[in-house]
Amino acid sequence: MKKVEIITRTFKLDDIKAGLSEIGIKGMTVSEVKGFGRQGGHKEVYRGAEYQVDFVVKVKIEVVVEDARVADVIAAATKAARTGQVGDGKIFVMPVEEVVRIRTGETGDAAV
Amino acid sequence: MNAADTAFVLICSALVMFMTPGLGLFYGGMVRSKNVLATIMQSFILLGLVSILWAVAGYTLAFGKDVGGIIGNLDFLFLNGVGMDAAGGPVENIPHLAFMIFQCMFAVITPALITGAFAERMKFGGFLVFTTLWIFVVYAPMAHWVWGKGWMAEMGALDFAGGAVVHMSSAAAALAATVVLGKRKGYGHRPFIPHNLPMTVLGAAILWFGWFGFNAGSALAADGFAANAFVTTHLAAAAAALAWIFMEWRHSGKATTLGAASGAVAGLVAITPGAGFVTAMPAILIGVGGGVFCYLGIILKGKLGYDDSLDVVGVHGVGGTWGAIATGLFASVNKATGLFYGNPSQLWIQLASVAATWAFCFTASLILFKLVDATIGLRASDEEEERGLDLSQHNETGYQA
Repeated sequence: MKKVEIITRTFKLDDIKAGLSEIGIKGMTVSEVKGFGRQGGHKEVYRGAEYQVDFVVKVKIEVVVEDARVADVIAAATKAARTGQVGDGKIFVMPVEEVVRIRTGETGDAAV
Repeated sequence: MNAADTAFVLICSALVMFMTPGLGLFYGGMVRSKNVLATIMQSFILLGLVSILWAVAGYTLAFGKDVGGIIGNLDFLFLNGVGMDAAGGPVENIPHLAFMIFQCMFAVITPALITGAFAERMKFGGFLVFTTLWIFVVYAPMAHWVWGKGWMAEMGALDFAGGAVVHMSSAAAALAATVVLGKRKGYGHRPFIPHNLPMTVLGAAILWFGWFGFNAGSALAADGFAANAFVTTHLAAAAAALAWIFMEWRHSGKATTLGAASGAVAGLVAITPGAGFVTAMPAILIGVGGGVFCYLGIILKGKLGYDDSLDVVGVHGVGGTWGAIATGLFASVNKATGLFYGNPSQLWIQLASVAATWAFCFTASLILFKLVDATIGLRASDEEEERGLDLSQHNETGYQA
């Protein structure tokens, strides 16, 4: 099993959710994060004092899937999130050691 | 007694009361979220503390029978002799109690203004003790000197609704606070950004609304002078908001909501001493001056490097000073005449009163801050400041995640 972490623009959340749903992904965890890569921050001014804000707000979507489906997830997420501009974000894939469904106690692929 | 005047003054008292929590919101939105409750509390609790102090002893010290031009006597201690008729009061047309309660609301909000300077680093206990002392040592004498037939009134100083008593006094105290308390940790290195500007704008709107009670109510009658003060107040706020945002548009590239809110408040401060003495068109000029000079004052603060967290000196100090001087220039109604209407002497009187106000209020406040610091302590510890005052002073958080 693998966790696929998608960090991208906040307004792309709905598109990604729809795209993943279409390939049968039934659950995800979403959080709002801050970060920066190549995309610079922005300037804010309060009473004449300038502040350079380096961090940009992004959305992080995490899904855990069976190994065989990782490629589909990456393809669907990329298609939904890509704009072609700096700031599209990244996808990280990492191994997951165990998954447990709390209600039934199922483990492994059956719990995903 | 006059029923219309009585109704009017009581309603204006309620308007001014509303300004204190409004100020809490104005300031609260500008601090970091970990300090929002502590900031609001510092305004809100004064409704409790100062109201009682005022009723028991503050009122008599300010408005009791004059002793040597310096202070009122204790005739009205515990509101003795302050009743439902006009007897003992300064005017015949409203109950003495109405005058007292109207003045009470001014006494409440004035120390609340100071809190902007030491926002995000003051201990709650030290703050309460300082404020208690300040009401008796600074506010009551100032109110007496200007409105209670004290020496500034005898000198002919014009201060319709509190340019000196409220704004310059609190700004001078604010300056003293920055000297004694020092800068917030991380000042100049870390960005301290307002966490909730909608709250700040709401606060500014409440202040503007309440200021009609503050200025028009100071006419102490529902008459033409009150109407004039209402109009001058409104136009000065309007002009100042525009002036501020045009200044910042040119200076930093965009007009901001914080600028509009701050500008309006600066204009309201500037018109306070002259609201009942100038007419509408000069009020617009006074407002523009308020917006321009206060904006420059805030830029200057950045260069001078003292940490007046929420610009009390820049807005209330500069605005109140400009307003007092402008009154000496533009006064033309209500038995007042300024330089531009043929009377140069008023300007000198205003300048003398400005100088005396700053000197007395700054020095007295400095001594009081040092006294409280040496005994109870004023400043929150590094750890308390880092955690945030909401948690460290009040065991609360403003927002649940």
